[in-house]
Amino acid sequence: MAIKNVEQLQAMHLDVLKEIGNIGSGNAASSLSTFLQCPTDIVVPIVRLLNFDETVNFLGGPENITIGMLVNIVGDINGMMLYIIEEEFASQLTSMLFGSGIEDLANLNEMERSLIAEVGNIMSASYINAIASLTGMTIDISVPVLTTDMVGAILNVPVVEFAQVGDKVLFIDDGFTIGGKEIKSNMILIPEMESLNTLFTRLGVSG
Amino acid sequence: MGNMVTVGIADLNVAKAPDSLVTYALGSCVGVCLYDKDKKIAGMVHVMLPLSTEATNGVDNKRRYADTGIKELVELMTRNGASKFGLTAKIAGGAQMFKVASSTFNIGERNVAAVKKVLASYNIRIIAEDTGLDYGRTQYFHADTGTMEIRAAAKGTKTF
Repeated sequence: MAIKNVEQLQAMHLDVLKEIGNIGSGNAASSLSTFLQCPTDIVVPIVRLLNFDETVNFLGGPENITIGMLVNIVGDINGMMLYIIEEEFASQLTSMLFGSGIEDLANLNEMERSLIAEVGNIMSASYINAIASLTGMTIDISVPVLTTDMVGAILNVPVVEFAQVGDKVLFIDDGFTIGGKEIKSNMILIPEMESLNTLFTRLGVSG
Repeated sequence: MGNMVTVGIADLNVAKAPDSLVTYALGSCVGVCLYDKDKKIAGMVHVMLPLSTEATNGVDNKRRYADTGIKELVELMTRNGASKFGLTAKIAGGAQMFKVASSTFNIGERNVAAVKKVLASYNIRIIAEDTGLDYGRTQYFHADTGTMEIRAAAKGTKTF
């Protein structure tokens, strides 16, 4: 039975996505560790189906200023990935590499912007590589596009995409510890439903 | 000071003076404020998508769309005593948050165009507009004055 919207996803589907999250986070942790030259570990990811209000509240309320990074996924599966970085994580990154936290999150300077875009690149590539290596599929990602704004406004993007197929988004909430400090990482997957079905079929959980 | 009534995404509400309406963090969505200045009745709808007639997967929430959302708001306002013929509009939002092509390419621009088309069909004049560009907006609308206030992260507050 083909899945028509994300609300039809069952426990086993979520388990598969969680496993992808696990492998993706593992890849991301080792890449980040190399990039930041600092020990990085993962916390087991939690995959949730959240509606818009729940997602916004989880990310600090609609007017909370965050960094959003959008990546287009094309190939055997298609969709988008939105990666939300909160101020704390961003500031930790700039502290580690430049020696000082973010000055003004709403107006990132060129150095801060390119550092965060690079981390976004590492993160999104890690997840996509996890999917590609698990399934043997060919998947490409675009260069991440970055914006800093109210998280509610940033989330219009996945919500509008998801509106075609349901009211909820797939939220991978996986934490990291970087140099012993805990970091919350927020990845929102926006697959086309057809792609999600392709993915599950490949992995033998087509339901 | 009156109460502040919050309008969620794909939702709508009405306020009478001295109350105000607010919708947080409009991105590609468009906040449509309607006003009857004689009776000081304000209405707001947070439109998420253009026209319900273009919906591919059935219309489950009418408040999501420009046409059905504005229709419902006009009806709710007239039921609350507003005159259908004296309404004016102030609109905001419809930004393009990320500069990338996608299947819903520039949904913000399409939302704004749909809202204008629907308002024109009701002969409701748009007297103020803060739309497009690439940033999120929080929209306040005050029923006692008909003033729209727009707050943006890096741009401060503007009054319309």
